[in-house]
Amino acid sequence: MARKLPAKDVVIVGFGWTGAIMAQELTDEGLDVIAIERGPWRDTAMDYPPNYAQDELRYHIRHELFLRPEQTTFTFRNNMSQTALPIRNWGAFMPPNGVGGGGVHWNAETWRFLPSDFVLRTHLTERYGADFLPADMTIQDWGVTYEDLEPHYDAFEYLCGTCGTAGNVNGEIRQGGNPFEGARSRDYPNPAQEQGFGHALFGKAAAEMGYKPFPQPSGNMSRPYTNPLGVRLGPCTYCGYCEWFGCGNYSKASPQTTILPVLIRKSNFMVRDNCEVTRINTDASGKRATGVTFVDTRGEEWEQPADLVILAAYAIFNVQLLLLSKIGKPYDPITGEGVVGRNFTHQVTSGVKGFFDKEKYNFNPFISSGAIGMCIDEFNGDNFDHGPLGFVGGGYIGQVQTNGRPIQTTPVPKDTPAWGAEWKKAVRDNYLSTVLPATHGSFYSYRDIYLDLDPTYTDRLGRPLVRMTIDFHDNELKMSRFLTDKLAEIAQAMGASKVEKSYRKGPYDITTYQTTHLNGGAVMGNDPRTSFLNRYLQSWDVSNLFVTGASAFPQNAGYNPTGTVAALAYWATDAIRTKYLPNPGPLANA
Amino acid sequence: MLRRVITVVAVIVVAAAIGLFVGLQSYASRTPSRQGSRIGAQDFDLVAKGHYLVTLGDCEACHTDPGQPGRPFAGGRPVETPFGLILAANITPDRETGIGSWSDEEFDAALRKGRRPDGSPLYPAMPYGSYAKMSKDDVRAIRAYLNTMKPIHNAVETNQLPFPFSIRSGMWLWDALYYDGTTFTPDPDKSDAWNRGAFLVRGPGHCGVCHTPKTVLGGDDTSRRLQGANLQGWFIPEITSNKVRGIGSWSEADLVAYLKTGHNRATAATGPMAEVVELSTSRMKDEDLRAIATYLKDQPGSSEDTPPPLSARDPQMVAGAAIYRDSCSACHAPNGKGAPHLFPALAEAPNVRSRDATTLIRIVLQGTRSVATNAEPTAPAMPSYGWQLSDDQIAAVLTYIRNSWGAAAPPVKPEDVKSVRSGGEG
Repeated sequence: MARKLPAKDVVIVGFGWTGAIMAQELTDEGLDVIAIERGPWRDTAMDYPPNYAQDELRYHIRHELFLRPEQTTFTFRNNMSQTALPIRNWGAFMPPNGVGGGGVHWNAETWRFLPSDFVLRTHLTERYGADFLPADMTIQDWGVTYEDLEPHYDAFEYLCGTCGTAGNVNGEIRQGGNPFEGARSRDYPNPAQEQGFGHALFGKAAAEMGYKPFPQPSGNMSRPYTNPLGVRLGPCTYCGYCEWFGCGNYSKASPQTTILPVLIRKSNFMVRDNCEVTRINTDASGKRATGVTFVDTRGEEWEQPADLVILAAYAIFNVQLLLLSKIGKPYDPITGEGVVGRNFTHQVTSGVKGFFDKEKYNFNPFISSGAIGMCIDEFNGDNFDHGPLGFVGGGYIGQVQTNGRPIQTTPVPKDTPAWGAEWKKAVRDNYLSTVLPATHGSFYSYRDIYLDLDPTYTDRLGRPLVRMTIDFHDNELKMSRFLTDKLAEIAQAMGASKVEKSYRKGPYDITTYQTTHLNGGAVMGNDPRTSFLNRYLQSWDVSNLFVTGASAFPQNAGYNPTGTVAALAYWATDAIRTKYLPNPGPLANA
Repeated sequence: MLRRVITVVAVIVVAAAIGLFVGLQSYASRTPSRQGSRIGAQDFDLVAKGHYLVTLGDCEACHTDPGQPGRPFAGGRPVETPFGLILAANITPDRETGIGSWSDEEFDAALRKGRRPDGSPLYPAMPYGSYAKMSKDDVRAIRAYLNTMKPIHNAVETNQLPFPFSIRSGMWLWDALYYDGTTFTPDPDKSDAWNRGAFLVRGPGHCGVCHTPKTVLGGDDTSRRLQGANLQGWFIPEITSNKVRGIGSWSEADLVAYLKTGHNRATAATGPMAEVVELSTSRMKDEDLRAIATYLKDQPGSSEDTPPPLSARDPQMVAGAAIYRDSCSACHAPNGKGAPHLFPALAEAPNVRSRDATTLIRIVLQGTRSVATNAEPTAPAMPSYGWQLSDDQIAAVLTYIRNSWGAAAPPVKPEDVKSVRSGGEG
């Protein structure tokens, strides 16, 4: 029997980026807020100080900052005819754990989605006709527009000190920025980071080919920055240890470096770390959340009552908690009915290797940062005519190589032996003179890609694991192949003596890293038959439950998701502050 | 060192014998009253004035046990002295274990004369010598404020000192040597700001308790006021007009920013000063901070002579430069300029060049967190390098930062690091 704790105004489940944003905004509103985090408290100087933060073995190979599969995991299969098996070692994505969540170990690429991404089905249908889309593609409009989110993208970028070159300020196209981006209300708070030789060379080659290259928007600081909350970040040292690592230099935007110093000084906020929420509780009607139940490391159960529940965990855990709490109708891929687990997506990435004459080129790949790099956006979203191409979607492509870390940066031509003296010589010959640019493509949603509860496997508490059923469809593979070919042309134009393409191929592989951008499963929209959340991230079924994070994405665009995840969180807090609190109840009509 | 101890013990024992006699005489003639305070609870102006004086005096820091949050002024916090531990008293209005039964005169005598209601002396860990600079009215105001605190029952045995220091009456002699008992009188030749600053620094702020070097008996060495001192395993920096090691090179704005926010363009408050900033100076009025700056910048400092700078080819400098580049420059920057208000600018921080490197060694060995204030909430921390760098390496890198960017200061010896590592001074 769970012991009951004193009630709070708000309980936040999961304390990463969106949990911190929600807590900051709702405590400002005067509410008494508690955040419950499964993992430990994390602090720069204590947990990833600069004198050992850059440890590739500890943090990358051995997954220091991530959830241990022993605590909980997922089962995986490619399609409904297979039996899913539990993931026992992370591969395709890295589930975050601990205070700061993925915000601690992200690369800090801070993108906005395109205006057309938010009205995707309408836009593509209008331009190409409904028949152009694959029959089983379940993409839909988000219910919010780019214009709705613009002030909230702006808020997040100024919170983080995002560094970049604006391409469109209030409709005015700016030289050196991304001309395809939605209009932004003002410039980035900081100039773009310096570019390494390989990154700059990509920009030069792309410009010579007639593209409009621009620096990737970066949450790694190009200069010292003080954000609107008065929290200070230091300049990036280009050490090349961003993704998978915490930043020991206070120079990567994270909850720790932007929000927490202010939040923890507030008397109306507290966080419980090392406590895992096991259930969202509802009243007898099932229409109202009464709080959450969580378990501490001793295995003791506690009940935390609250008037408002914010589910702010990693996408797949949000879906798991909804399914286990029996909130919302589970998705059924046979009938196509139900919403929880529907429109699960990931990201479709690929890369090329550009080998250069080592006598003439030295790229010093170790001088880098998580979001450094030069990109082009000509082939993202619907920035180009898909009519003759037979697919939809796209992505950015660029030389966005984040590091030259010693254990895993071993680019060798494909006919090289996999080990031994010849391999070592090839690594030595190519390490400094190879570039590893990449494509970062969309992943649209399909009827047979979804999340549900596994019928066989359970976690340590006896709860069913979430089952992922996911594979690449032809549309995504064609799209990625197209991007890869475009990327290879630019790598060639950079002066590479040899270019090798690594096309993304099916089936979807759970064992090798792709990105941590899992999305969907509790998506937002305007129709409760196809979305779990309304346009304010509020549950259609339980109006005092809001769900933040990429689980709300109806499909994934060709960008890294964090900027949009955060903008949506600000958008939802704004709705809670200005609409929900004065008049609690459903904020949208079905 | 042994001789110093013998001297101190001998002096204390003699003083104790005299003191015991005098003390018994006086005890026989005085018994504590049980009348309590006569200050009316309606005197809000007095309460507000007292609250600010308690902030200026940083009373809460010592009289609140950090391990007992929610029990302000209930005492019990250990205060380290060179002679042993003293626990801060309960100064809530609790009649049995606090000061509730003290008369206002008894309270005044404790604060300004170091006398307990029974006539016996307080230990000077309670800075009554500084508080004597306040007026009787100031003390009444403090009492009025403390009267409004919640009484907390918490019996504290303040005296934890070893023999012979545990004999309170030994303090009679100490008082004779170091206590002048005069209230503050303004210097008519100085500005109002200077005089206000002098009152704050020498009076309630009791800055000299930490920043003034001490004699063997623990009294202020008045010939070297505010010129830096060893305390509780830290070297408390010089805060005089000295341009090399004091704050003479800082503008008034630099000093005000430091006291108000805990951070300025050059450095950040850590260690004992972090607490002073958090509980006291960050809550002072801006004009008082400016007054403190005016006064401190006018105080005579130690000699500004520096040793000849070490050659860049000195083996410690060569090793130190390499270690600095590897381990320090990511935050403090290759040019020693850091990032203003975030990472201290070692090239511009006077305490980097202090004559005693104890604090520097300690920070490198153990790491430290800077203070968080409303104005500067970030509170960046320096990680510990004690597990990673050897005594030789720490000595070398500190020697390098003390002798770079145009500065020169005595080299740090590996033995100094070894001593601090084992709990001593550098």
